[in-house]
Amino acid sequence: MRYQYFPGCSLKSSGRSYEESLLAVLRALEVPVEEIDDWNCCGATAYMAVDEVQAFALAARNLALAENAPGGANGKPAQILAPCAACYLVLLKTQRYLAEHADLKQKVTAGLQAIHLSYEGRVQVRHPLDVLVNDVGTDRIARRVTQPLKGMKVACYYGCQVVRPFAAFDTVHNPTTMDRLVTALGATPVDWPLKTRCCGGTLNGTIPEVGLRLNRILLNEAKRRKADAIVTVCPLCQFNLECYQGEMRRKFHDDLGLPVMYLTQMIGQAFGLSDTALGLQRMFVPPARVPAVQEGGKAAHA
Amino acid sequence: MQRDPAPPRPPASSPLVRQPADLRRNIKYESELDPTFSDRIATLAYGEKMFSCIQCGTCSGTCPVSHYMDFTPRRIIAMVREGFRQEVLNSVTIWLCASCYSCTCECPREIKITDVMYALKQEAMAQGMYPKRFPAPVLAREFFRGVEKTGRNSEGPLMVKFFLKTNPFGMLKNTMLAFRLWRTGRLSLREERMKRPGDIGTLLRAAKQPEGGR
Repeated sequence: MRYQYFPGCSLKSSGRSYEESLLAVLRALEVPVEEIDDWNCCGATAYMAVDEVQAFALAARNLALAENAPGGANGKPAQILAPCAACYLVLLKTQRYLAEHADLKQKVTAGLQAIHLSYEGRVQVRHPLDVLVNDVGTDRIARRVTQPLKGMKVACYYGCQVVRPFAAFDTVHNPTTMDRLVTALGATPVDWPLKTRCCGGTLNGTIPEVGLRLNRILLNEAKRRKADAIVTVCPLCQFNLECYQGEMRRKFHDDLGLPVMYLTQMIGQAFGLSDTALGLQRMFVPPARVPAVQEGGKAAHA
Repeated sequence: MQRDPAPPRPPASSPLVRQPADLRRNIKYESELDPTFSDRIATLAYGEKMFSCIQCGTCSGTCPVSHYMDFTPRRIIAMVREGFRQEVLNSVTIWLCASCYSCTCECPREIKITDVMYALKQEAMAQGMYPKRFPAPVLAREFFRGVEKTGRNSEGPLMVKFFLKTNPFGMLKNTMLAFRLWRTGRLSLREERMKRPGDIGTLLRAAKQPEGGR
């Protein structure tokens, strides 16, 4: 079965290393993916703030494209793979609201008809976390590991929109899928309470006084819990937490220097994939590495 | 201390003239409220459950930005229900909401508070009721326009337009960040577009046709 890959806008620009590492890891695991032809923006949080019906129509076009993609899924519902947390939520929300509200469905259907598309609701929206844990399985991932991330401590940061509000594949309050994955890689997830606390989203751009503070809380807490890196699955979380560390140093004198990596980059490292294949050269903060092991098997900096 | 007497109520026919005494007034007359406001917002947000809010404050407690707000989410719900249209639409609260859905998940009455916030944003945008050059609505509008035109969001050009319209000096402050992003291949000023961007305009217009209920 082939996954219909919906990259979204971020994975083509500021989150390029997410796309690079995701595709590299899926290739290594022999999971077939195919980019949806001529996809459009999901609308993110901005469209919903301007017009609701249009926001749902915009997202529904992608659902319709995936549903009607050629070489489909032989009777099974088409699987959309949406790695960006905002895209994932918007597609999932659109699907649920269209199923629940007939009047909305009618309007959106009229819109789709105007561009010769139809949508019946036979698609499944999936996040890479979901696919990696439930379709591929942690066993298969653990077997593929060639360079275990022994001794590396990571703070798994799920962010908001992957598990909220629908919790399609993990729990709202204490999700564990990412923790299970990094454990399969040989790393140790740190116990921390901010797994799903909001990073501020676009607030860093619109109201930076608030946005920066939200980012800071996350970074400082991860550091306090002795994490070597934060691992995330959302391009906006990654951008906020990594790229504003310089600004935080200037404003709050925080000495952070904490790597913020995509989960797929970390998986790729454990698979022994090259840095460039994982987009690691694009990071602002140098990525976390497995601590050099001294003779006798003790980590050098432990 | 002697209290000022309550200000006289302006006659309903005259335009409201702001007088010094008015500034001290902290009550609102029922006639100044918008009785249709709550219904409008509830319909927009599929939020009929809003009327069953028990004012417990769980939303405000779980909200990561409630302490930066002028009215907490709980108060917003109460104010919407009573018709405090102006106060609600002018509040910073609705633009501070980053759509993290914490409140929606925790609400014991299952009110979709995030959707209520979206409905308020839509209403504020439609009526232009936000401070001039206030950044959050500008970002939403520019994003909307960009996608309407090309079908995709182009992060680079969006940021340039956003800063020009809200805070041109902010752009200078962010030059270093932009430069680093560009050098690592994470920022481009090229416009992203679909193969058939015209489809988006057709789709959005057709979905917006009035004959569709609601």
